[in-house]
Amino acid sequence: MARVLIIAQQEDGVLNPATAKTLQGALGLGIDDIDIAVFGENIDAAAESAARLEGATQVLKFDHAEFAHATAARIAPEIHAMAGDYSHVFGPSTTFGKDLVPRVAALIGVNQISDIQEVIDAYTFKRPIYAGNAIITVKAAAEHTVVGTIRAASFSTAASADSASQIESRNPATEDPGHTRFVRLETGGGEGPDLQTADRVVSGGRALGSSDGFKVIFDFAGKLGAAVGASRAAVDAGYVPNELQVGQTGKIIAPELYFAVGISGAIQHLTGIKDAGTIVAINKDAEAPIFEVADYGLVGDLWEILPEIEKLI
Amino acid sequence: MKILVPIKRVVDYNVRVRVKSDGSGVETEGVKMSINPFDEIALEEALRIKEAGNAEEVIVCSIGSADCQQQLRTGLAMGADRAIHVSSETDVQPLTAARVFKALIDKENPEIVFLGKQAIDGDNNQTGQMLAAIWGRPQATFASKVELEDGKATVTREVDAGLEVLEVDLPAVLTSDLRLNEPRFVKLPDIMKAKRKPLDEVSLDDLGVEAAPTLEATAFEPPPKRGGGRILESAQELVDELKNKGLL
Repeated sequence: MARVLIIAQQEDGVLNPATAKTLQGALGLGIDDIDIAVFGENIDAAAESAARLEGATQVLKFDHAEFAHATAARIAPEIHAMAGDYSHVFGPSTTFGKDLVPRVAALIGVNQISDIQEVIDAYTFKRPIYAGNAIITVKAAAEHTVVGTIRAASFSTAASADSASQIESRNPATEDPGHTRFVRLETGGGEGPDLQTADRVVSGGRALGSSDGFKVIFDFAGKLGAAVGASRAAVDAGYVPNELQVGQTGKIIAPELYFAVGISGAIQHLTGIKDAGTIVAINKDAEAPIFEVADYGLVGDLWEILPEIEKLI
Repeated sequence: MKILVPIKRVVDYNVRVRVKSDGSGVETEGVKMSINPFDEIALEEALRIKEAGNAEEVIVCSIGSADCQQQLRTGLAMGADRAIHVSSETDVQPLTAARVFKALIDKENPEIVFLGKQAIDGDNNQTGQMLAAIWGRPQATFASKVELEDGKATVTREVDAGLEVLEVDLPAVLTSDLRLNEPRFVKLPDIMKAKRKPLDEVSLDDLGVEAAPTLEATAFEPPPKRGGGRILESAQELVDELKNKGLL
C-alpha cells in the first residue's frame, strides 16, 4: 500500500505556500496516491487551495474549534490515528512542521528524515547535516512508515490543477489532552512580501548598527518589492525581530535575487541562502566569506552604495 | 522539583566540518568537541530556574562513549548537581535517544526535561518532540523565554510568524532556541569542584532500550559549491548585470 499523507500548514484559513512545495517534493516519490490533511477552524479556503494543487488525490479537512490553534500535542495523535492508511507522512520543514512531525514519527515508532532536500526514490533521500557542510543520503527501511519534513527552499511550487480534487470533511478521532494551551501569537506585523517565499530578499547584518540603521534595508527592499531578512548577529543585537533571521536556525530561503548587506557570511547564514538564484554581497571587508558564495560583490560602504543603486533602479 | 538536561557531545560550533575523502562520514579525528550549543543554553536555563528557587536539582545526562564524560564534567562545572552517562559505543538515532531519556524519566521523575532544539551535528531537531510524544506530555519547543508558576510553564517560542506563547502543564519537555539566554563561563574552581560531583554510568541494556535504528546513512558528500562570483567596481555595473540577467 503506497500512499502518501501531506500535513498542510495554514494560517487564518490561508494555505501556507510551504504546503505546495512539500507536495512537489512528495511527487518525487513516484507514488500516485497523495492525500493532504488540513487542520484548523474555518479552513474552507485553505482546503480549496489544497484541492487545486496538481497531484493531490483528495483533501481531508479537519475543521474544528479544537484545531483553531493547532498545537503538536493536539494534532499529532490525530495524524497517528490515520497513519495506518499511509506508507509515507510528510510535513513542511517550517517551525510548524519541525514542531509537529517528530511527535508524529515517535507515535508511529520511527525516526524522522528531517529537512529533505532531494528525493531519490520512495525510501532514499538527501538532507543536509552540520549546517549544510555535508549532505547525507539516508535510506529508510521499507517495512516502516516513512516520516519526514521537506525543505521548501529545495522544491518548486506544485502546479495548479485544472480540476479540484475531492474534499472530505473529517471529525476529530482523538481527544484534546488538555495539557497544552495556546496563549497568543505576537507578529512583527511586517509589511511587504513573506520572507520565506519572496522572489527577492534584502538582508542586513550587524553593520547596520541599530534598528534605525536597518531602515535603509527596509527602504531599499521596499523599492525592490523585496522581503527583508537579517543575519543572526543583527537579530541578537535586537535590530529586527527573530522571524527575520535567515540561516541554519532561522529561515532557509531560495529567492531569485538575494542582497546580503553588511553580512560577513558565517556558514550558519550561508546554509540559509545556498539555493538562492543570484546572490549580491555588499560589504566593506573584501575578505568577508560572503564574497565566496556571492555571484556579484561590491566592496565598500553600504551607506554610500545602497543609495547609488536605488537611484539607478 | 528536578530538571533533567540531556546534553550531546558534538563537533565544536567553530570547526568547519569536512566530509572524508572516501565519503564514509565527516572528519572528526582530532577535532575540538563541545557540548552542543543549544544544550548548553538549556542547561543554563535549568540552572537559572534552580538559582531562582524553582528547582532543587539539575541532572545532566549524555549518551555516547566514555568521551562524553568530558562534556558531562563541563555540565557539572557549570552547576549541575549530578550526571548520568548512558554508555553506547554506536551513535544512537533520535528515537532511541528519546527512549533512553524516557527510561531516565521513569527513574528520576523530573518535572521538566530541558533539551536543545537541535544538535548541530545531525541538525535533526527531533529528540525533544519525540520524548514528549512517548512520555505523553506537553512540548514547548524553540523556547526564547520560560516562566514557571503553579505547576505550569508559560513559554515564548520562536516561530516563523514571530513569537508564540504556549502554556503547558508540568511535567513537560522544553527545548531551547538561541536567544533564551547566554550560558555562563566555567571558572577553574568550579571545574575542580565538578570532579567530586557524582557521575553514574548506565548502559542501554540497563535501561532496557535497544539501539534499533530505522534509518541508514548510505553516503556523505560535500555540498555543491556555488560558481565563483565576481567583484564589481561600481553600483552602475551591478545594476547593468542584474538588468542583463532580467533580475531588475
